[in-house]
Amino acid sequence: MTLRQAQGEPTLDVHDVAIRRGERIILEGLRFSAARGELVALMGESGTGKTSVLRAIAGLDPIAAGEIQVAGVCLGPGRTARGPLARALHRSVGVVFQFHHLFAHRTALDNVWLAPVHVLGQSRAEAERRARELLEALGVGGRAGAHPHELSGGEAQRVAIARALAVEPAVLLMDEPTASLDAARRTDLAATLRRLATDGRTIVIATHDGEFVRACGSRTVTLRGGALE
Amino acid sequence: MSPSLPYDGAALTSSLVLVPPAIARVVAIVAAVAWSVGARAQTPELRWGGDSEGGAPFVEADPQDPTKLVGFDVEIAALLARELGRVPRFVQVSFTTLEASAARGDFDIGLSGIEDTPARRARLAVTVPYYEFREILTVREADRGRFRTLADLRGRRVATLGATLAFDMLAAAQTEHGVIPVTYEDDVHPYSDLALGRVDAVLLDEVLAARGVRRNAGLVNQDADLGVGYYVGILAPGQAALRDRIDDILRQAMRDGRLEATFRRWNMWNEDQPRLYARVLASPTGEMVPTSAAAVAPGPWEATRRYFPALLQAALITIVLSCAAMVLAVVLGVLIASGRVYGARPLRAALTGYVELMRGTPLLLQLLVLYFGLASVIQLPAFVAAFVGLGLNYAAYESEIYRGALEAVPQGQLDAARALGFTDAQTLALVRGPQAFRLALAPMTNDFVALLKDSSLVSLITVVELTRQTTIFAANIGSWLVPGALCGALYLAMSLPLARLARRLEKGWKRG
Repeated sequence: MTLRQAQGEPTLDVHDVAIRRGERIILEGLRFSAARGELVALMGESGTGKTSVLRAIAGLDPIAAGEIQVAGVCLGPGRTARGPLARALHRSVGVVFQFHHLFAHRTALDNVWLAPVHVLGQSRAEAERRARELLEALGVGGRAGAHPHELSGGEAQRVAIARALAVEPAVLLMDEPTASLDAARRTDLAATLRRLATDGRTIVIATHDGEFVRACGSRTVTLRGGALE
Repeated sequence: MSPSLPYDGAALTSSLVLVPPAIARVVAIVAAVAWSVGARAQTPELRWGGDSEGGAPFVEADPQDPTKLVGFDVEIAALLARELGRVPRFVQVSFTTLEASAARGDFDIGLSGIEDTPARRARLAVTVPYYEFREILTVREADRGRFRTLADLRGRRVATLGATLAFDMLAAAQTEHGVIPVTYEDDVHPYSDLALGRVDAVLLDEVLAARGVRRNAGLVNQDADLGVGYYVGILAPGQAALRDRIDDILRQAMRDGRLEATFRRWNMWNEDQPRLYARVLASPTGEMVPTSAAAVAPGPWEATRRYFPALLQAALITIVLSCAAMVLAVVLGVLIASGRVYGARPLRAALTGYVELMRGTPLLLQLLVLYFGLASVIQLPAFVAAFVGLGLNYAAYESEIYRGALEAVPQGQLDAARALGFTDAQTLALVRGPQAFRLALAPMTNDFVALLKDSSLVSLITVVELTRQTTIFAANIGSWLVPGALCGALYLAMSLPLARLARRLEKGWKRG
């Protein structure tokens, strides 16, 4: 992955990107962009590479070809990079994984304030206060002291959203956000995402839940059989 | 003289001279083996126990032919066997356990420079004394003028062999004069360590001292004798009848000069011996009360009361040594594991080599090399060598635990840390390390308990820890029952709370 300072308008611009899984190219010529305050849904059947695209935007996996411009950083093909620019990227892009990956040995509250303290250099008191606000706003303030294994799927997801938002990212990526939610929770989540977008965040979700996408009112990008529709 | 079996192989082969040579050789070997087996079945054996590591002039492998044994005790055993109409057969027993082996009946008689003590006479069937020796101090030449007696050695380390009269004398001198006894399992290293400056004097009998001075330049023996002792043979308590027959043989050998001839051959004959023989031949039992050391052997309870503080002190050394070594092992283990997970290829290869070397060779060997083997390069004090040796060895095992635990932390946790912008070091410190530590805790506890027990190996490099102190205790009271039980209880008292603490921590983490 080559990194350089990006120029230009959209918060996220995916340009002619190819994704490799092992030796096989699973996706080619992917193009889309998303502006500030926009909600985009990547749709497609299992195995079409939705998760891989999110991981590439987050700088976790390399791309095989093309270019991704995200929050002022430009990613090219090659090995995933480390270093200050990569960290700037991580600071601008929040990720909510399908299985949340909350830090198993820390409480919900700890999960949320760790990055603001250790990555952004905030004071512990300030970060903790802000973390409580985030958990409160997402409706899981009462679960701040719980460990991840004590949380339900929906609660864990909201803690994971709080953790991702705590570093104030310009872009929020969510992988299969409705996988662990019942219908009522799905409606709540759609409302939450609409609110976050309205606040000025760019949101990209990978999902195959069309109903949820309509509820969010998001623009759709469909991946199918290695190409783009 | 040797205890090997008498047969004339040359006579056998000469009768087969017409047969092709190769076949003749095979037939001769088969015949010889058959004969020796037959001879063994026909002639009863006199199984005699000794420690060939003690070396000349007692018992040692013949430098010309290491399959044969030589030494004055070998000759006495051969003499006894001949007179009893038996074939001598040597049984190797370590010096400090000779007495326990005799009591078990592992051999008919023990002969290895074994000293006459009232405690031995109380527990075993003991022969008449056959040699008188004096306990003397050996010092470095420079100290000849200032270290003449034990009283001159206050606060100094004085070496000796465990389970000997000299050890009892040092134990008494510890309370009386404040000397620090250092016990060895063999009689070679006390003198080499004296030459190296690890101890300031050696107290042992003149026979060993003469050899020690011969082998190490710069050592001298002081003239003053600090005590007199006698060598005897020891038999199981029920073997009084055999003992009486052996006493008769020894007395006869004293009268007809055969013992004198043996000791003259080994340059050990002196004017003390005829006086001893005169007293032995005049006395019906031959019992000599040693003129030095503790006169009366204490009973088991009195001995327990007397030894318990020493056991507690030794247990303290065990726990301090184990904790210190474990800290070293954990710190090094973390570094090695991190190097193997995060390091470049050459570093990973070097660390893998280290781990395999330490795990693939015996800890005992590593300790001996560190303490004795490297003594000419670096002279580590015994406790430091023990700490470093145990720590370096266990670091290899700890590193494997940590490496496994680091690799067992799910990738998702690492992805989440990276996505949040943590550096590799932060990820290790905040996420991967703490989670791996929880996985490693149970095997670490196991290792610590194993280390606690393995620490007993350091007695071989002169650290008196719990097991060593128990051996001394058992050797002195002649029973393993009480010392063994006390020692076991002390080990459990140290290891059980640890296992419990580890379980509590694990449970606490599981609860969250």
